[in-house]
Amino acid sequence: MQATDPDIRWVEPPKLGLGERMYLPLFLQGLTTTTKHLVSAKVTVSYPDQEPEINNPLIYRGVHRLNRDEQGRVKCVACFLCATACPAHCIDILGVESPWEDREKYPESFTIDELRCIFCGMCEQACPVDAIELTSLYNLTGRSREEMIFDKEKLLSVYDATKDKEPMKSAQLPPVTTPSATTSTATSTSPTEGGA
Amino acid sequence: MLEPLIKIAVLLGGLMTAAAYFVLLERWIAAWVQDRLGPNRVGVPLTRIRLFGLGQPMADGGKFILKEEYTPAHVDKRLFLLAPISILAAALAVFAVIPFGSVLPASVYTLFGQDAATVALTEGPVPLVVAPGVDVGLLYVFALSSIAVYGVIVGGWASNNKYSFLGGLRSSAQLISYELPLGLAILSVVLASGSLNLDEIVHHQADSGVWFIFTQPLGFVVFVIAAFAEAARLPFDLPECEQELIGGYHTEYTGMKLLLFLVAEFLHMITAAFLIVLLFLGGWHIWGLAGPDEQVTWVGAVGRLIVLHLKVTGVIVFFMVVRWSWPRFRFDQLMALAWKVMLPLGMINLVAVAIFEELSLALQSQLGGWTLAISLLGSWLVCLAAWFGVAYATPMIGDNRVRKDIHTYEVDPQI
Repeated sequence: MQATDPDIRWVEPPKLGLGERMYLPLFLQGLTTTTKHLVSAKVTVSYPDQEPEINNPLIYRGVHRLNRDEQGRVKCVACFLCATACPAHCIDILGVESPWEDREKYPESFTIDELRCIFCGMCEQACPVDAIELTSLYNLTGRSREEMIFDKEKLLSVYDATKDKEPMKSAQLPPVTTPSATTSTATSTSPTEGGA
Repeated sequence: MLEPLIKIAVLLGGLMTAAAYFVLLERWIAAWVQDRLGPNRVGVPLTRIRLFGLGQPMADGGKFILKEEYTPAHVDKRLFLLAPISILAAALAVFAVIPFGSVLPASVYTLFGQDAATVALTEGPVPLVVAPGVDVGLLYVFALSSIAVYGVIVGGWASNNKYSFLGGLRSSAQLISYELPLGLAILSVVLASGSLNLDEIVHHQADSGVWFIFTQPLGFVVFVIAAFAEAARLPFDLPECEQELIGGYHTEYTGMKLLLFLVAEFLHMITAAFLIVLLFLGGWHIWGLAGPDEQVTWVGAVGRLIVLHLKVTGVIVFFMVVRWSWPRFRFDQLMALAWKVMLPLGMINLVAVAIFEELSLALQSQLGGWTLAISLLGSWLVCLAAWFGVAYATPMIGDNRVRKDIHTYEVDPQI
């Protein structure tokens, strides 16, 4: 390629003014910036001593929980939408016939492999009954792989531990528009009809 | 014999500790400038006392000692060992003539139950310098700081590695180029004070009460910039730039040998800070602390010590803040700065100082106290005019690409 090639676009550097040519004003400008930062407040959170502040727990994607309904039963209807939506295939549900009148199925076991999970939040979005939610618990640790596979009881216990601090998101989110509201009532009523 | 030995012990211990703690200070300032906290965990070992991280230097030292000392198979073993030793030895030996305080009263001997006549080398107060009264002090300092270049070049050469070698080459070119403006700036100080003895240069400033930064502002700027380059600090750290040369001349070094290089680098910075303070910032002098050495009291002596070390620490903090304010120069910019900007400025400064010294000597009898004011004003005017002139004559090159109006040859499309 020739240096005179018309495809080469030559960009001229900006012309220097008096201050830039004198070099010292720019030097002082740089020094002022660093000195300001030198004395300004630090952004580091000293983690074990100091808990980080989570500004909006509603959109934070931490450990999962399984919500309970008003009677304390698991809300999940074992529809498998979350397991289907999960890109990491970390949700394993065993759905059996429900002992309750208001739905056809319920999960006999519900396990999430937290080591496989990528915390994308798609299960939360897919859930038609707002049963699975991501909490703002960020410090998820364990001593073995088995410990990190959360079963139904553990996921429900996460709900019990966090429900006071973080109430169910469906109650807090802005009121949904009418078409989706009708569908949600439809899903909640149809199992009852089917059972009856 | 005892007196120099004690001084050497104090100086060596103090310098090594200072270098270790300046590493901590450097990390703190780096962190604070970037809005982080910096090392604040290590305190007293085996306890939970943190002391703001003041135990960090000990932990760092322990880590360096316990590291595997690996010598690659492809290096020149003798030179590989010689390089860190020579660079550290030269960096330490410089401090033989650098006063690390003013004087202590002669009654210091009685503190140790000694009779002054049996131990003292000289009569009167004890000068706080290992080798007092060396009349070629500045020459000695610059002879030894030039030897430091050998450590870098030999280290880069012995490593038998492209990057290390490039680092060594760069440093040889850089340090030799910047020694010229450095020498010119020093020459004007020597001209004004009439001595190469560092102690007498400080005394000259203390007696007149006017530091050389006021009478030679241009020389001060030239000296500080050249000292940055000599100490290979950012923005002049081309010999060892991590991003381009993966550490430069000390890429192949590990363990204690690397530690020697790093300590030597910090010692160069401390030397540069001491020289800036002694030559231009009045050394231990602050208004109210002057007076002949013979009449110094304990309060005055300790005050002078504190003032000197505060000034040196301030200059070192300035070095460290500048590190985060400025990007590194490109090599052609570095050379352009040395030869097209610093050298002319140094020469102008030398000539101006010579003229003002001569004029004030000649006019002293007629003008009296006005000579000082005139030479101060004149030197600041010269500084401004020279700065303007050089800035306009040789702007820093921003663009080093092929000039399309000059070159018509084929350019490799891969470039």
